[in-house]
Amino acid sequence: MAKKLAIIASKGTLDWAYPPFILASTAAALDYEVQIFFTFYGLTLLKKEIDAQISPLGNPAMPMPVPMPNLVQVLPGMESMATMMMKQKMKDKGVASLDELRTLCLEADVKMVACQMTVDLFDFKPEDFIEGIEFGGATTFFEFAGEADVSLFI
Amino acid sequence: MEFDKELDARGLNCPLPILRVKKALAEMIGGQVLKTVATDAGSMKDFQAFCRQTGHELMSSSEANGEYTYFMRKKV
Repeated sequence: MAKKLAIIASKGTLDWAYPPFILASTAAALDYEVQIFFTFYGLTLLKKEIDAQISPLGNPAMPMPVPMPNLVQVLPGMESMATMMMKQKMKDKGVASLDELRTLCLEADVKMVACQMTVDLFDFKPEDFIEGIEFGGATTFFEFAGEADVSLFI
Repeated sequence: MEFDKELDARGLNCPLPILRVKKALAEMIGGQVLKTVATDAGSMKDFQAFCRQTGHELMSSSEANGEYTYFMRKKV
């Protein structure tokens, strides 16, 4: 029987968006059955257009081309600039885009579940999301995770 | 070494080379050989791990001038 991987994706920034999709697509390539439960900010990764941003603010470990004090990072436009630079760097290094990885996951039958409570909380509409996903709650997650060989909270 | 299909994974970073390999193997029949060329330095470990977990045979792996070449036989 196929191994199972259960992931909770709870973060919606560009950097945190990668691990769920990288691990899910790779596990699927290794013939795992995979389910990702998207909750809180992670839910934005199921929107039709992924608009994940990155912020160097409060992240002293982020490598920067020039040292940048927090006081400068709060200026308007810094976040979109950091996001643009990171995306360019990823492209240069042959790192897949989030959209590409998500598509690969869907093609590999990775099951994606949107947290219904978060949908209600943020007033999202079902039509905001890509097709082929399901809506459910914590119990739905445990039905799969209870049988999983690997469970990750990201 | 002879092969039945060739995959160019140069310029791709983790996990794309493995995902492309998986896709290429799906279009092949058991016993056929896939040649893959990659530039991802992590691919050497990953290709070995992929084969150990999936049962396909990694017949050879080599590196020259920053390019990694793999020959993989699909499991029957």
